[in-house]
This record gives sequence, C-alpha cells and structure tokens, in this order.
Amino acid sequence: MNKTIPITLIDPQAEVPVDYREVLSQVEISAIEHECALYESRPAAAIDALQIVQRERRWISDESLYAIADMLGMSATELEGIATFYNLIYRQPVGQHVIHLCNSITCWLHDYQSIAEHLRQTLNIEFGQTTADGNITLLPNVCLGCCDKAPALMLDGELVESLDINAIDKLLQGLKGMNGMKGGENV
Amino acid sequence: MFKPLSQHLDLNNPQNLIAYQSTGGYQGFSNALNMQPQDVQQQVSDSKLKGRGGAGFMTGMKWSFVPMGEGAPQHKYLVCNADEMEPGTFKDRWLMEGSPHLLIEGMMIAAYAIGADVAYIFLRGEYRLCATRLQQAIDEAQSAGLLGDNINGSHYSLKLHLHTSAGRYICGEETALINALEGKRANPRAKPPFPQVAGLFGRPTIVNNCETLCNLPCILKNGSDWYQQLSSGADTGSKIYGISGRVKNAGLWELPMGTTAGEIFKLAGGMQQGLTLRGWLPGGASTDFLLPEHLDIPMEYDAIAKAGSRMGTGVIIALDDKHCPVGMVLNLLQFFAQESCGWCTPCRDGLPWAVEILTRIENGQGSQDDIDALLQLCGFMWLGKTFCALAPGAVEPLRSGMKYFADDFQQHIDHKECPHRH
Repeated sequence: MNKTIPITLIDPQAEVPVDYREVLSQVEISAIEHECALYESRPAAAIDALQIVQRERRWISDESLYAIADMLGMSATELEGIATFYNLIYRQPVGQHVIHLCNSITCWLHDYQSIAEHLRQTLNIEFGQTTADGNITLLPNVCLGCCDKAPALMLDGELVESLDINAIDKLLQGLKGMNGMKGGENV
Repeated sequence: MFKPLSQHLDLNNPQNLIAYQSTGGYQGFSNALNMQPQDVQQQVSDSKLKGRGGAGFMTGMKWSFVPMGEGAPQHKYLVCNADEMEPGTFKDRWLMEGSPHLLIEGMMIAAYAIGADVAYIFLRGEYRLCATRLQQAIDEAQSAGLLGDNINGSHYSLKLHLHTSAGRYICGEETALINALEGKRANPRAKPPFPQVAGLFGRPTIVNNCETLCNLPCILKNGSDWYQQLSSGADTGSKIYGISGRVKNAGLWELPMGTTAGEIFKLAGGMQQGLTLRGWLPGGASTDFLLPEHLDIPMEYDAIAKAGSRMGTGVIIALDDKHCPVGMVLNLLQFFAQESCGWCTPCRDGLPWAVEILTRIENGQGSQDDIDALLQLCGFMWLGKTFCALAPGAVEPLRSGMKYFADDFQQHIDHKECPHRH
C-alpha cells in the first residue's frame, strides 16, 4: 500500500531571494522567533518552523520553504533536505483532514490491511491521494505507539484506536463534506 | 512490591505539580541538589541502572565521560530521547502521558549530575497528548522555581525545553538525534568524537532514554541499595515490560527487572482464543525472534543475549500460528527500508533489496537462490558494515526468522504460495 508519492524538489539553481516578511504572517514569524530563542543557532528551529507554518497553511509550498530558509538564514536546498526527510511534513497540498493509518507490525497482526482496503474503497482514493472534494488525504504511517489498542490511525494529529470497519464508517461520517466524492488526485 | 515508575501514573488525569510533590515527588531532585554532582553520578553508577532505550549501556558509565569540574566547558546539554518509534513499543508514551513530572524530575537530576545548563525533550511528533502534558508540567515547574535560575535558592540553573520532531525512526539514534536538534538532516554522525565530549552544537551532551530518566528520582530518593533490591536478577531496578500482538490483554506492566517473558504472557492472559504462540520478539522490531521454549528466560540483558536475541525495549511482540512468519519479517523489513536515512550504501540499498526478495517469496515467486541472497544480505548489513545500528537491527528479525521458521520459508518456495493465505 506504500504507493510512491511523486515529489517535486525545488531547483537548487533557483535560490531566489525571498524576503520572509512578505510571505510569512506576523503570527508565524513570532512563533518561529520564539523557537529560535530556544537554540544556539537559528537553523536549529527548522523543524519547528516547518511545523508552525504547516499548522497555518496545512502544507509547505515552495514559497513557504524559501521564506522559512530566509528567516532562519539557511539555504533552501538544505531546508528541503529536512522538510522531505520527515513523515509529518507535507510538501504537497493535503485535504482538510489527513488520515495516517499505521501499517507497522502490531497493526499488521491485527489486520490493518482490511481497514486500509475499506478506507481506499470508501474514499475511492489510493494512499498518497486526496479525495476530489479536497476533504480527506489518506497516508500510511509507521508504528504510532498504540500497539495495545491496534489497529490505530491518526486523524488530524489525534490518535484513534481499536479500529474496525464500523469505527471507520462512523469516523468518516463525522468528517464533513463527504458528499460528491469522486476520484482522487495525487497529493 | 514497589513500583517507583508507575506509582504516580494516571493516564486520564496525571498528577499536577502539587499532587506529585505531596506524594514524594521532587524529593529525589531535592536530595541531589544537596549533593555534589559527582556524588550523584556515583549513586547512579552504584545503582547499576542500565539504559532502557534498547542498548542497555550503564547510565553512570555513560555520564562519567562528560568533562566535569573547573576546566569543563561552560555549556553542556542533557537530552531526553523520547522519539519512541520502535515498532511494537509504547512504554515511553505511557510514562509521559501518565506521569509527566516524573520525567521532568529525572531530567533535572541527570542535568544536575552532569552540570548541564540546558535540557531538551526530543519527542516524536505523533505523541500530541504527551506534548501537551509535558509542556504543562514544564510550565508548572518553571512557575514554582524548580526550573530556571538559581533553583531552590542554589547556584544551579537549568532551562528545559520541549522539541517535537516530525516523524523519522533514525532520530532515535543518538547522534542522528543531535543532528536533528541542530536543524540538520538527521543522518547519524561518526564516533568519535562521542557526544559526551562534543555533542549538541559541539558541546558535551548526554542523551538518555525517557524510561531511563524516569528511574532516577527513586534512586536519589531511596538510595542505590534500595534500587538494586527491586530486582532479584542480574540487572537492577524496575522495568516497564509489555506485550502486543494477538494476546488477550495487550498492555504494559511495571515489574521487577528480570521477570520472565512467560510471566508477562500470563499477565496478558495468554494468546487469544484458538491461537498458539509461535515466536516472539523480546523488545521491538529490531530484536531477534525467540521461541515458546525461551519463555522461562528472565527478561534481562545478558540472559536474553545468551538466548540469541536482545532485550531491546522490553516490550514483546507475539507471533501467533495464524500469521505467516515470512509476512511478519516482510512487514518489519518494509519499516526499516522506509526509515533508512540513506546515508550508507548497505542500508540504503540492502534493505529495499531484502524487501524485494521477501515480497517475491511471500507471493510464492521465490526460488532457492533467494534464500541464499537473503542470508548474504544479512552479512552485508551486519555490524561493522554499516554506519549505524539501523540495518543490523533489521537483520536481527530477518536472520532469526529465517532460522526458526526455515520450514515456512521453504514451503513458500516449494508450493509457490503462502500457506497462510487460504
């Protein structure tokens, strides 16, 4: 189920000068500055900064990436190497809601595959895609540390445990904008 | 029986500072503050506490390499490794969600012992509830003057910050973690220099596992002799053991170090109805399989090593007879292949290759040559061939799975299908 997600990397030759003040909001800037103060160097706040901007904008666009790099005084390519390194930083747009389904060993022993299949069929998308209405993105995740209540998933950062097909149906019904789901697009 | 790690634990409503203090909390730190840092180190050495992250290195010994005294660098760091991403392991989450002040106190003791002025909790990004509760505990301790400048009127000052990562297994490797904290791509570093001498931002740094640090308050409160007597076996103290898989009641229990795996299975109520135990991983995905015949072995570092595996995190994963051992090994290797940082060739190329071969075998398209190739790969990815312990960790369930479940591998090849897929 680990479908390859196409990733467009930034062009290292195109280190365009960006003034972060023109891209990032005051809220983002002050939150990032707060993190910078906790470390000996500004680039150390890179992962915090990516998370802060992602919280506001749901994903990290090229523009955001250049702006954060500018603010932290590091090269955009270096920051890209960090952004693409982590499972929870999205370098492509995601839906209103993001589901991370655990696919590690204990969930495998608890047949997470049938949950995965049900999600794919109900949402009519593959892992790595977003529903056509932009509501839900479906992604795999490594062990969520929920092994005593497997299978488990993470919905918008919150753990949902002891899953079965019924629980998935209820969960999806609770997410707005379920109507008009058609095919998916790659995120 | 004393349960120093879980006596304060409440998963629904963890103790706040006042409740924690009124039940003996922060007494260990208070005692430490009245001692010389070297004496705190000595007490922890005497307790024979071993690191609970998986490697089992003596904590006191690890600390002893940090430069101390007049000529020592002005800034030193303590880092709590709470990047719990070992598949099948969930003990640190339990401790942090249920007893956040215990970890804060443990970190304060460790930081004082090595003379650190700044400490970080490196928390995995998925542990949101831990993040909320830890930040709350840090804020409370800060307001009460337990953190900050001149703690309790002493000359000691400590800042403690929470760093939430964004999900990558390699960050649990201590030098990769240090790179990650510096805002670099989290590839492991070459050693030497060891972090104790030149770690975070080039300064002396100790990285200790969350559970390890949670052991410190009771050692400083009750002494090293008391701590040693918590266990009756070769290793000392108390341990969070656990189990997951198709058992009746998966979960975690604080037990004396050296409890047998059989007793842990008993606490879990045994296997679910109609299932039989075929094998088990003693402490996470990166430990060798053991068999039901090994259940009487104490869950101690040396005893488990003698049986051919590693204690690891001490949280067991049980394989039942309805699940395919080849499929299980494939799932484990898929994890390691994905989480390889890509820095060194044996790991970056070897793990996906192993996954490709295992997939072929699991789908009934494997040949005898594939078995030989897998065994050869185990050699290519073993200790000494790779930059860090990630690929050797992946080799452990692979080689032991091929050894103990050789018939299952052979059946896949001979019958050209997975016998469990009917």
